[in-house]
Amino acid sequence: MEPICAFDRLVPGRGVAALLADGAQVALFRLYDDSLHAVANRDPFTGANVLSRGLVGDRGGEPVVVSPLLKQAFSLKTGECLDDPDVALEVYAVEVQDGVIRVGARSEAEVAA
Amino acid sequence: MSKLVVIGDGMVGRRFLEAVAQRDPSWDVTVLCEEPRPAYDRVRLSAFFDGVSAEELSLASDLDGVEVRLGEAATEVDRDAKVVRSATGEYPYDKLVFATGSYAFVPPVEGADLPGVFVYRTIEDLEGIKAHADGRRHGTVIGGGLLGLEAANALKLLGLEVQIVEFAPWLMARQLDEAGGGVLKQHIESLGIGVDCGTGGTKIEAVDGRLRMDTNREGVAYDTDLIIFAAGVRPRDQLARECGIEVGERGGIITDLGLRTSDPDVYAIGEVAAVEGVCYGLVAPGYAMAEVVADRLAGGEATFPGADMSTKLKLLGVDVAQFGAFDGPLATTYLDPANGTYAKLVLSDDAQTLLGGMLVGDAEPYPLLRASVGGKVPGTLADLLGGGEVEGALPDGAQVCSCNAVTKGEIMGAIHEGCHDVAEIKSCTKAGTSCGSCIPMLKQLLAEGGVEVSKAVCEHFTQSRAELFDIVKVTGITTFSELIARHGTGSGCDLCKPAVASILASLSNGHILDGEQAALQDTNDHFLANMQRNGTYSVVPRIPGGEITPDKLIVIGQVAKEFDLYTKITGGQRIDMFGARVEDLPKIWRKLVDAGFESGHAYGKALRTVKSCVGTDWCRYGVQDSVKMAIDLELRYRGLRSPHKLKSAVSGCARECAEARGKDFGVIATEHGWNLYVGGNGGFTPRHADLLLSDVDSETLVRTIDRFLMFYISTADRLQRTSKWVEGLEGGLDYLRSVIVDDRLGICDDLDAMMAKHVANYADEWKGVIDDPEKLQRFVSFVNAPETPDPSIEFEEVRGQKFPAGSTERSRPVLLGTPVIRSSQGK
Repeated sequence: MEPICAFDRLVPGRGVAALLADGAQVALFRLYDDSLHAVANRDPFTGANVLSRGLVGDRGGEPVVVSPLLKQAFSLKTGECLDDPDVALEVYAVEVQDGVIRVGARSEAEVAA
Repeated sequence: MSKLVVIGDGMVGRRFLEAVAQRDPSWDVTVLCEEPRPAYDRVRLSAFFDGVSAEELSLASDLDGVEVRLGEAATEVDRDAKVVRSATGEYPYDKLVFATGSYAFVPPVEGADLPGVFVYRTIEDLEGIKAHADGRRHGTVIGGGLLGLEAANALKLLGLEVQIVEFAPWLMARQLDEAGGGVLKQHIESLGIGVDCGTGGTKIEAVDGRLRMDTNREGVAYDTDLIIFAAGVRPRDQLARECGIEVGERGGIITDLGLRTSDPDVYAIGEVAAVEGVCYGLVAPGYAMAEVVADRLAGGEATFPGADMSTKLKLLGVDVAQFGAFDGPLATTYLDPANGTYAKLVLSDDAQTLLGGMLVGDAEPYPLLRASVGGKVPGTLADLLGGGEVEGALPDGAQVCSCNAVTKGEIMGAIHEGCHDVAEIKSCTKAGTSCGSCIPMLKQLLAEGGVEVSKAVCEHFTQSRAELFDIVKVTGITTFSELIARHGTGSGCDLCKPAVASILASLSNGHILDGEQAALQDTNDHFLANMQRNGTYSVVPRIPGGEITPDKLIVIGQVAKEFDLYTKITGGQRIDMFGARVEDLPKIWRKLVDAGFESGHAYGKALRTVKSCVGTDWCRYGVQDSVKMAIDLELRYRGLRSPHKLKSAVSGCARECAEARGKDFGVIATEHGWNLYVGGNGGFTPRHADLLLSDVDSETLVRTIDRFLMFYISTADRLQRTSKWVEGLEGGLDYLRSVIVDDRLGICDDLDAMMAKHVANYADEWKGVIDDPEKLQRFVSFVNAPETPDPSIEFEEVRGQKFPAGSTERSRPVLLGTPVIRSSQGK
């Protein structure tokens, strides 16, 4: 798990981009319930690293981030694109330790898929 | 091929041509049209003064096998030789149709031929009136019927003081009884228009460059600048008379129910026809006649079914309707002088059957009442006028659109086959395509047919944007989380969050990135710039009105060079700089702010630009200072958040170089002030803005735009542009005018206060970021590596500037017109 930044640095309902040691870009979100989610920052539809700047919310209860470019919604839990089941984002493990957010490797479930 | 000659190209003549083309296209048709232009919508003639052009009124259509000879009047019909002659040609016929219509009746008054005296019949008449009214003060209309009131409205729109002189003892004597005429008079006088009934002009003379009209009442004379005769029409039957076809005692070509004249090869349709001796001055019976003759030419036996002479009109903002019988054995009336409402129902002697009636001031129940004529009375007048629920839906056979004879049954059929809005019903059934008065009824039928148009913002809010606006305004809620907790469900989405952010921005102050609001903003609003396809941003410094000094131009060039930005002139008279990395945005803004710029809203649901032409400063045609007005408007409304983007422009003269009529609110200078147009847009479905006000001073102009914008912001749906919003208002532009000019709802003070608050609290949003370390720290490439630019962003150079790498085919050279060389022998 790599330390990223202080938890308080994140605004509820908004994301930030983080650069991992291996060069991967991660979009990190803090929701209103203070839960944290991390998915790949790269928008698979355009190739731009922008998902951290998308709006978050829910679709039918599923927490999502919406691409700021072409507005597809992605599940923050599974990374799945709700508008195109053939497309999914990588999901990263995320935790808070001593007030610092840490992001891990891609989650087990995602690697298995 | 059989030859058909039609004399006259008016609304009915045109309908006839279309009907013939549909039923029996084998006819070789020649149309002789005296006017220099093809058929146009004479019913909407007065819209010409609302800014609708002659082209927009045109009904011209290309029909196969039809030759329309414009500007060529028929001068003689030789029935023995079966030929029609004009000054320049001869047209043999097998069948001949008179569709010559009417001419305006001018009573034998001395001086009626003086310059400045007009009739109200053709586009040329209206052009003459408009030209003559320019720079003049007062106009008089002879005639207080339907046409006279239209003419009075036209003069009012031209900015003249208006006097109506009517010979009959009350207004609209053919449609209304004395009480109804009285209520109508009260309405019209309240608009500042003089009404003098029971009076006739006897003599007109030119006095000191003006006109004086004496009347039959002793001591009463009118000094005026312009006179319009609108005292009725007469059938144009001269040509028929001359060739010996039978005409009626009071004019009109006599026909049977098959529209045949006394010559079996000659028909007459429209206003010139006296069907069994009766002339009809409305378009709907004319259309029916056109269909009958088209059927007969195709071998059918159709007969004229008689006509529903019911009418509903909005005259000078007053609803007037008359339906069925004018009088009868019993009548029930309702008179409310305070509100200017009058209604009368004519009943059978057992009071069970509705025979007819009239409405003034409130014509809401008209569609129901008209459709109920001959049947049971649908309710008491008090219920009908009170807007209460009325029992008994319309029968299927009831005619909803009388212009095009479309019944309720046909409309319901279309709805069940999948028509889901008014536009679709219009194109399927033709209902609502002529006068439009049945459109509220169409909406009602859509609802009756179970078509529910959901206005819910998204899955989290069942309310419409306008409802959320009211909730926020009334409750004083200032955060999204409170709003969704109390009035919605879930956690929100990309639809409701920006919509609520916009509402909060409209109703409260503070920076749009303050506190919780930051999380609601669409990405462009969040980063205060336009995201482009590769995740970089474009920055568009505000250049109000498009006016910029050379020094500021240089600064833009320097900034673009320093941050290596692609530059382009925009359509909104600004300069766009592309390719800015998110972490560079605050540095770019700093440079701009220091040089006296602010960045601009080239994004977001907000005012974009106010374009201008150069106006009186430089242009030899300009009549007002359009640049200053554009700058004032842009500075006044900058930062205003709205349901959709807002664009504007100011033109310094009627040449309209700023393209103001393509804008949400467009201003065009006149010699006397400004004309204000609203509801225009470009884009996917371009639309010209409609004239809301004419010849107003700058103060009135700005106040009206203030109210227009705030009323729009308060009541429009999410992503509803002003054009659709105005169209969607019940009563349309007239209603809008009554609300924001005449203050019909008593909300103008509120709207004014809302705008005053916006103007007073506006602050440069970009400066607000660079002066705030907390906001500033969001503008980083990576939260954990703020010094590292996003390595995935790459550019390539094309035409001397940078573009997103791999974005385009531009990088490959395009070969133009390389000749392909082949051996002439071939293989």
